[in-house]
Amino acid sequence: MCMRNALIAIALAVLANPVFAQGLGKHISESDVAAWDISILPDGTGLPAGNGTPQQGATVFASKCAVCHGENGKGATAAALVGGEPLTSGIETAKTVANFWPYATTLFDFTRRAMPWPRPRTLTNDEVYALTAFILAQNKIIGAEDVMNAQSLPKVRMPNRDGFIPRFPERIP
Amino acid sequence: MTHQRRALDTLEIAAGNGLLHRRAFLTSGAALAAAMTGYTLSDTASAQQLTDAPWSTKAGIPIPEYATPSSYEKHVVRTLTNPKGEPRTQHARTPHHLVNGTFTPNGLHFVISHSGAPDIDPAQHRLVVHGLVKQPLEFTLDTLARYPMQSRMTFVECGGNSAPLFSNEPVQANVQTIHGLASCAEWTGVMLSTLLEEAGIDPKAKWLIAEGADSLALSRSVPLSKALDDAMIALYQNGERLMPGNGYPMRLLLPGWEGNMNVKWLRRIKLVDQPGMSYYEARTYAPVLPNGKAYQFYFLQEVKSFLTHPSPGLKMSGPGFYEVSGVAYSASGRIAKVMVTADGGRTWAQAALQEPVLPKAFTRFRLPWKWDGGPAVLQSRAWDEAGNVQPTRAEVIARRGQTKTPVTNPTAFPSQHYNGPTSWAVARNGEVTHVYA
Repeated sequence: MCMRNALIAIALAVLANPVFAQGLGKHISESDVAAWDISILPDGTGLPAGNGTPQQGATVFASKCAVCHGENGKGATAAALVGGEPLTSGIETAKTVANFWPYATTLFDFTRRAMPWPRPRTLTNDEVYALTAFILAQNKIIGAEDVMNAQSLPKVRMPNRDGFIPRFPERIP
Repeated sequence: MTHQRRALDTLEIAAGNGLLHRRAFLTSGAALAAAMTGYTLSDTASAQQLTDAPWSTKAGIPIPEYATPSSYEKHVVRTLTNPKGEPRTQHARTPHHLVNGTFTPNGLHFVISHSGAPDIDPAQHRLVVHGLVKQPLEFTLDTLARYPMQSRMTFVECGGNSAPLFSNEPVQANVQTIHGLASCAEWTGVMLSTLLEEAGIDPKAKWLIAEGADSLALSRSVPLSKALDDAMIALYQNGERLMPGNGYPMRLLLPGWEGNMNVKWLRRIKLVDQPGMSYYEARTYAPVLPNGKAYQFYFLQEVKSFLTHPSPGLKMSGPGFYEVSGVAYSASGRIAKVMVTADGGRTWAQAALQEPVLPKAFTRFRLPWKWDGGPAVLQSRAWDEAGNVQPTRAEVIARRGQTKTPVTNPTAFPSQHYNGPTSWAVARNGEVTHVYA
């Protein structure tokens, strides 16, 4: 009986999948992917638990970031993270957090996935929130006491939020 | 010789300053070849009586397991912006002036990497499809190799290719420096739609986020419609496994779309209902416009062409017959037509297109030219089958702007997505320089 059911199941599978080799992906669960799933969406989806303040971020920044990004993010071998010319200064204007980035969530996402450059994904979530808060506060986008976490970060309104034109609007879902 | 000269004298002039009709390739091939002058990287030796060379009088060197080009071709290499792998982006540019045809050899395919090439053990690499799907799935390289495969020729081009053309004065650089961040290969792999259908697409899914296994976990958002159209998980490049710099052991291939979106070292695809606004789409590949706004989601590499022969560094060795040639390509399908001028745009002749002309792939175009030894300005413009025309530089600059001061670093990116033409000026001494015309 068991054998017969199995044969029927195989026959149905073959009929449902006329291409010879489909259905080879190993079934996994979302929890299996959790360690890799570092995607953060602009509405805050994917932001982890934790929090940080600009003051906490200043300490982390001095020890882990300033070596490339300069004291307080003024820039060194790596890009400045504070300030920026108006975008109307010319097409080659350097794009910065203050003058360009449309979403604060991108700052958290990129810092967590890619920084520090020599040792990516070694920062704790609290450290990433703190660094995000520090850079936003240095740019006067949030207050010096504001706490960044999964609730507050997506609500941060970036100065250049409405500065973009989709190049191919008909291709945007 | 006099017979050939007579045949060539009757060749039909197609445009000013000596451009001949492309028909000459068909009707006058041998005579044309005999009369061709050719480009030189240096002064050529004068003719002498033929004798046996040393290599013709003894057995040659053993054939290696994996061949590399002749030792005389050592100069045919990519140029690097960051050879020591300092903590910044690396660029390796294709030497378009030193190759011919339509496909780029794997060792010369352009690479941009923001943190080097990871040394991935293919046996341990995994690709995960998850998010808004009915069943998250995990694939090994061996598993993917059991799926039906497809091969297609397609170009990949960095959104920043040709960026020196945004300089308000022409940057003196060769075609490799200016246009070397585009290459073309035959890619073989599994259609992404096959894997997405197996996972079962949740109707709420509108985008996917693709992510690499590199140290930056580079990620880009791709509309689901492109993923289901012609996106591929590429495993092979010109018949062999992907080069490390091009995404070994697997990359996302989005034919015709901005290079950075073709995520290399692909390890994760997450279906989502909104774009992730990753660093590279929200910041890096969003060019600033003259009014201070910026383009976002500049998906397509629009119709473009440029001349590779002649070009700066390939010296014209005296008046005579030359083959003018270059490459044209478009994200919107096949190249329909390429026009070439030798008089700075006053008159134009239609170039011959090398068959097969494939969609979203390099198309080689050629035209015979009788250079009279006087000053000339060469330029090409392409049309694609969707009716798109390669804009003039003036049209591009009117919409996109140019720098206020001349660009001094020819490998810098003052903006992105330049698809206007490039003009090469030929001087009386045969030197070729970059000009605006």
